[in-house]
Amino acid sequence: MTASNGSAFEQPASFAFDAESEAEIAKIVARYPEGRQASAVIPALYIAQRQMKRQTGSAWVPVKAMDAVGARLGMAPIRVYEVCTFYFMFNTKPVGTYHLQVCTTTPCWLRGSDQVTEACRKATGIKGWGETSEDGVFTMTEVECLGACVNAPILQVDDDFYEDMDAEKVTALLAALRRGERPTPGSMAGRQTSAPDGGPTTLTSLNFAPEA
Amino acid sequence: MLQDKDRIFTNLYGQHDPFLKGARSRGDWDNTAAILARGRDAIIQEMKDSGLRGRGGAGFPTGLKWSFMPKQSDRPCYLVVNADESEPGTCKDRDILRHDPHKLVEGCLVAGFAMGATAAYIYIRGEFYNESLALQHAIDEAYEAGLIGKNACGSGYAYDVFLHRGAGAYICGEETALIESLEGKKGMPRMKPPFPAGVGLYGCPSTVNNVESIAVAPTILRRGASWFTGLGRQNNTGQKLFCISGHVNKPCNVEEELGIPLKELIEKYAGGVRGGWDNLLAIIPGGASVPLLPKSICDEVLMDFDSLRAVRSGLGTAAVIVMDKSTDVIKAIARLSKFYMHESCGQCTPCREGTGWMWRVMTRMVEGRATPDEIDTLEQVTRQVEGHTICALGDAAAWPIQGLIRHFRPVMEERIASYRKRSMPMAAE
Repeated sequence: MTASNGSAFEQPASFAFDAESEAEIAKIVARYPEGRQASAVIPALYIAQRQMKRQTGSAWVPVKAMDAVGARLGMAPIRVYEVCTFYFMFNTKPVGTYHLQVCTTTPCWLRGSDQVTEACRKATGIKGWGETSEDGVFTMTEVECLGACVNAPILQVDDDFYEDMDAEKVTALLAALRRGERPTPGSMAGRQTSAPDGGPTTLTSLNFAPEA
Repeated sequence: MLQDKDRIFTNLYGQHDPFLKGARSRGDWDNTAAILARGRDAIIQEMKDSGLRGRGGAGFPTGLKWSFMPKQSDRPCYLVVNADESEPGTCKDRDILRHDPHKLVEGCLVAGFAMGATAAYIYIRGEFYNESLALQHAIDEAYEAGLIGKNACGSGYAYDVFLHRGAGAYICGEETALIESLEGKKGMPRMKPPFPAGVGLYGCPSTVNNVESIAVAPTILRRGASWFTGLGRQNNTGQKLFCISGHVNKPCNVEEELGIPLKELIEKYAGGVRGGWDNLLAIIPGGASVPLLPKSICDEVLMDFDSLRAVRSGLGTAAVIVMDKSTDVIKAIARLSKFYMHESCGQCTPCREGTGWMWRVMTRMVEGRATPDEIDTLEQVTRQVEGHTICALGDAAAWPIQGLIRHFRPVMEERIASYRKRSMPMAAE
């Protein structure tokens, strides 16, 4: 199989859930009524993707893992393939250690997502979307609206949102990741979450009972 | 103007403890059993009286929606909460999920009880991973404290709340696609009828509500419908979370009364338009799907369902995307066309083919590489997509372009003219 950027990758010959994944799956399947285990397909694919990350350092879902999900949930393999390829958050080919997901939809674009993209390219050497840097550390993906628009632009690294970004902050963040550090996610401009810059202008007159 | 004492989301910015102890100190879970003791009909009547309209975009009356659920059912009934917040510009539910999760969990119980549901499934978008951890923690706390579970709040009512993560598909915010996804399938919308209240999740009666609609319910029931109708305007009652993004000095989320003038909302809370109000070009008032408004309308318009409808736009999710005069407005809308192309599920031909076609033509419009009459062709194609698909994604892809043509046609024509001038300097003479 060939990745879209031309680099070949191998599908592993086998995949089996480890004990940690099995325990998580059992917990999740219990959320759905008897006979409705197929509902757990998305969570189970996440579990497979995380297990790949633990075992290989790359969060992706090989075909054998889709088969394992199907077998575990009593689904035909094609039903799992359909789901895995329909939803954008499952990687069907290996990704780098850090998955950089740049939101470029209009609200982020208005606030400078082009600069975020450019800074990511410069720091990683990646040219096109979906490609992985030569050292295997970063993969860059263009994503659609992440739902954090008042803190635009957003750079999502794996599961974490880094908000209020600009070129300089991107460069610093990627350098930190390379050093093996994991800066605290959230506003990189020091804002209190979604409050206006400078601090909340509402909810200032409320006194709650002491949180004893 | 809304005062702090009338705000529902008192931990909007996460300055306080989001979890049970903090939530209780803010009044959540305060004698919830007494609300349940009023009975199903009384709860639904109070919600109807409050005039609450769904906060997910369509604005359908919430109490009325709840009343569609069967009074008696031999099958289980479900409440499904739509936490798939993906409408570009919108980030209000995220703050509820991470900072005020108990408002949602408590809302799930009272809403589910009122409609005779046995369980709630909360479908959260996959990208909200950290938010899902916060919400799951709140659910676990509620079980442990006996607030939900076998004997919810000591009422004798058995009620479960489950969290389900999606995996990156805007279309799953459409209620029937969400149900399909929850059942373990591709998120492709279903034909209606049957409506979910008859045949929904697992073929059982179900109601799908937005996070904000459910999270405000306990407060409305505590403070009464008349308190809620005292806020906002007639037929557009209550308060609402607004998200103000784009070219403003201080983008933010804020809770305000429905019917607040758009200009006041931006100047008071978001520090004004970058470069001043006169530097405003256009605003998308309700998330990417609604047509944009030029400055002349923004000067006066009120932020509620009916006022925005009257100017041929919509309140949608109340996500205000501001564009100043430096914006290439054609490019801004073309990017939305790309969004809809990416997110079309591919089920209906007009949408699957139309969204790609519209994006390709919009890309040429950005350059000006088109003829003036192609603007009319584009407009006609949007009309052919609109209303000809199973779900509203086709409409949502069409409306931003229609808004652009309606209000910024001269800009498009000028772009085409200047492209022609550049590429054919001789022919211009």
